Amino acid sequence: MANNLGLTVKPVCEITPEEEARVAAWIDTPEYREKNFARQALVINPAHACQPLGAELCAHGFEGTLPFVHGSQGCASYYRSTLNRHFREPAPAVCSAMTEDGAVFGGQNNLHEGLENACALYHPKMIAIFTSCMPEIIGDDVSSFLKNARQKGHLPKELPAPYANTPSFNGSHVHGYDAMLAAILETLTEGKAVEGRCTGKLNFIAGFDANVGNYREYKKILEAFGIPYTFLADISETFDSPLDGTYRIYPGGTPLAEAADSINGKATITVAPYATSKTFTWIKESYTGKHVSLPMPMGVAKTDALLVKLSELFERPVPDALKAERGRAVDAMTDAHQYVHGKRFALYGDADQLVGYVSFLLEMGAKPVHVLCSKGSKKLEKELHALLEASPFGKEAKVYMNKDLWHLRSLLVTEPVDALIGDTHGKFAARDAKIPLFRFGFPIFDRVNKHRYPLVGYQGVVNMVTEICNTFIDLADATSDDRTFEMMR
Amino acid sequence: MSPRTNVKKVDGITKESTQAMIDRTLEAYPEKGKKKRAPHLAPNDQASASACVKSNRKTVPGVMSARGCAYAGAKGVVWGPIRDMVHVSHGPVGCGWYSWGTRRNLMSGKNGVSSFAMQFTSDFQEKDIVYGGDKKLAVLLREAKELFPLAKGISVLSECPVGLIGDDINAVAKQMSKELDLPIIPCNCEGFRGVSQSLGHHISNDTIRDYIIETREFAEPETPYDIALIGEYNIGGDAWSTKPLLEECGFNVKAVWTGDGQMEHIAATHEVKLNVIHCYRSMNYMCKVMEEKYGVPWIELNFFGPTKIKESLRKLAERFDDRIKANVEKVIARYDPMMQRVIEEVRPRLEGKKVMLYVGGLRPRHTVGAYEDLGMTVVGSGYEFAHSDDYDRTSPEMPDATVIYDDASEYELERFVHDLKPDLVASGIKEKYLFQKMGLPFRQMHSWDYSGPYHGYKGFPTFARDIDMAINSPTWGLVKSPF
Repeated sequence: MANNLGLTVKPVCEITPEEEARVAAWIDTPEYREKNFARQALVINPAHACQPLGAELCAHGFEGTLPFVHGSQGCASYYRSTLNRHFREPAPAVCSAMTEDGAVFGGQNNLHEGLENACALYHPKMIAIFTSCMPEIIGDDVSSFLKNARQKGHLPKELPAPYANTPSFNGSHVHGYDAMLAAILETLTEGKAVEGRCTGKLNFIAGFDANVGNYREYKKILEAFGIPYTFLADISETFDSPLDGTYRIYPGGTPLAEAADSINGKATITVAPYATSKTFTWIKESYTGKHVSLPMPMGVAKTDALLVKLSELFERPVPDALKAERGRAVDAMTDAHQYVHGKRFALYGDADQLVGYVSFLLEMGAKPVHVLCSKGSKKLEKELHALLEASPFGKEAKVYMNKDLWHLRSLLVTEPVDALIGDTHGKFAARDAKIPLFRFGFPIFDRVNKHRYPLVGYQGVVNMVTEICNTFIDLADATSDDRTFEMMR
Repeated sequence: MSPRTNVKKVDGITKESTQAMIDRTLEAYPEKGKKKRAPHLAPNDQASASACVKSNRKTVPGVMSARGCAYAGAKGVVWGPIRDMVHVSHGPVGCGWYSWGTRRNLMSGKNGVSSFAMQFTSDFQEKDIVYGGDKKLAVLLREAKELFPLAKGISVLSECPVGLIGDDINAVAKQMSKELDLPIIPCNCEGFRGVSQSLGHHISNDTIRDYIIETREFAEPETPYDIALIGEYNIGGDAWSTKPLLEECGFNVKAVWTGDGQMEHIAATHEVKLNVIHCYRSMNYMCKVMEEKYGVPWIELNFFGPTKIKESLRKLAERFDDRIKANVEKVIARYDPMMQRVIEEVRPRLEGKKVMLYVGGLRPRHTVGAYEDLGMTVVGSGYEFAHSDDYDRTSPEMPDATVIYDDASEYELERFVHDLKPDLVASGIKEKYLFQKMGLPFRQMHSWDYSGPYHGYKGFPTFARDIDMAINSPTWGLVKSPF
């Protein structure tokens, strides 16, 4: 029997419990893992987003800045809601709302009308423009659109309007962050370099880091040293504004004048060599002062490296308060080492964070086993290998570049570990593997206050120790029988 | 719709006061923007029972709209909740990643085995844009079939670039359906199409019509009580509240579209006796198709709050025999006292409180009765992506002269809230924190703020509890500091 489309009509048939059980067992096998790793085209549960999201995060880090997505409406909505969910904060951004006619005639009219409306309604001090797929594919010449916008009065002459190309079909959120940061700094600092002037300040760049606690921790360190600084792309207030009965569309952010003057700084540090590589290359050519690229300060050694560098650059001793803090972090690690020594971990995330997690775990005597990056590079792979090989606890580790969380699931069920470090999206793989997930990345949709909970610096060390060890202790309590359920752990 | 005579009024709100508020709000716009936005904002005329605003127009560039896109409508709403299929977001990585799990698709089955609330994407790279993604799609479909053998089909949901570079996913789907002996459904729902997610619903419905409906028949014999529940998305388990309720009334719910849905049940829906539609916006079109093509009539119901549930069940029973009528009365008699107890407990704390709604789908009108059951008044309502027929249906539900807004910008909502001073705003994630920063209680009504269900008798106590706690949380008392 066939229906009027010529398709054979079949009876509804349910998946039997036996079939379900058979396949459920099969997907946990090494045979399945092999098939899974042989995938060429299908990506399942990737651990990265697209460029414009990172561009928007960066734009939110500047004073009075309205992120403006040049492209279709839905994209802007997605970036905003993702940031809303992670930070539990507003993320005001607009877009040029391009539709079919934009695809045919180009997006200039939409961009111009959008700029005019955005300026009238939201009074920004800067509009940071970045693209989603559509204008990239149809080849919109945004630079000339912006020139025309100034001429025609859609965009006030003095309003800075940096613009970055952030097509979603290459790179990831991290690269979009980098592109936007470079565009903003290039725009703001244009003509601001003054021969012989030195602000005496440090420019600090954190890269794509969606943890406002980390920003506060960096500032605490700089303030303890008494180092004058400009924090570039500072989202700490934007995405952690107080609830006091007033909605502020642009809370916080790096003051634009300070960002402009950053070109005359005494030194510039990035603690996100992977997330700001393009920006930093440009900074090295354009900015005065010293340029230092350091790994993200997670774990004691990498935090030490930051402090040593700051001390050297500004010729100041490491303050006693930080020395004491270091001592407390080491104390916390030593007190807690027994709960995590030899424990096997799987971890994934953005490059800078990944290096940080590995570094911290090795310091604790924990064993990274599966280290996975869904948008990695040869350089990252090399750095991770070097880090792992330098420690007896890194011997078992395998590094997987450009793999997704369905690959990770296969790894977890065929070569079990004790815990997973990653973002909320890892919860499915962790559940299947029956192990805890430590939510240290982005996005974190399903826990409160993790975006306020610093993981960098010595305080970050204490926090990671606290969370990881207490979870293992919780597990011991939850799984012990009456005879071994004890007061002391 | 018949005009009604018992017009609801709200103290202090007149046509003039609402129009004046709208005019003040529009002042901020440049001339062109003002002209475009003005027809989308108006005071309600309850007696007329017709739309007072224009809708389904392009979003004005540069204003902060809450709208999504056609892809979002297709993936998040229609296809995404079908649990036994693999849904491929075809194009760059972002769209799939953002939509992953954010519109709640609670599902039965085992994840990755018999249900697939995961994120499948072709993760387009620059070379795919240059050379096209059709070959990659064919490879990907083979891989999906091999890795997920229990999947009943695969949908291919195209993102913007696929349409812009001119890929022919329909041809690939046709060829691969044969090769893999599996329904592979191409859905050309590129985000730039249309003006909102609504077109994505429509395009998806078209693909269900063209590729799925009528390809299956129910295995068990038919009965006079076979119905399908259409436009029920199982947000927070709502389908698991409404389906048992209808079954308690004596119906056989043969398919749910599409919350916790199964492809094969959806494919046999043309065999049911009546389609019961909840979210009219997303699926009225499919009801019309099934009516024309297969003679399946349909009826719109509202499962929010005891008043509307009771009305809806009786309206439904009218279409059936005495057995159903008697069952429905029994069900109402059973649950009414329980609902009354909920109301007695909560209503004193909510009496006279004002609400502003701004959501999509059916909620800007369907939830009005549920708030009224709790003693509250809805003073503003509007939709992200409605059409004129939605506003026709909203007008009789909303009190007279209250403000109706279509595709409201964040600026407009902020102004209206400032003037109307509601006690609760019920809208989406993008609006939530803005209003909370103002110290205003808020519920996310797209996702029930991760609570639920809100539908049916099972859902109402949860709804009442959530609204009560949103408004009466002691934390609001701490917002103003003493210094």
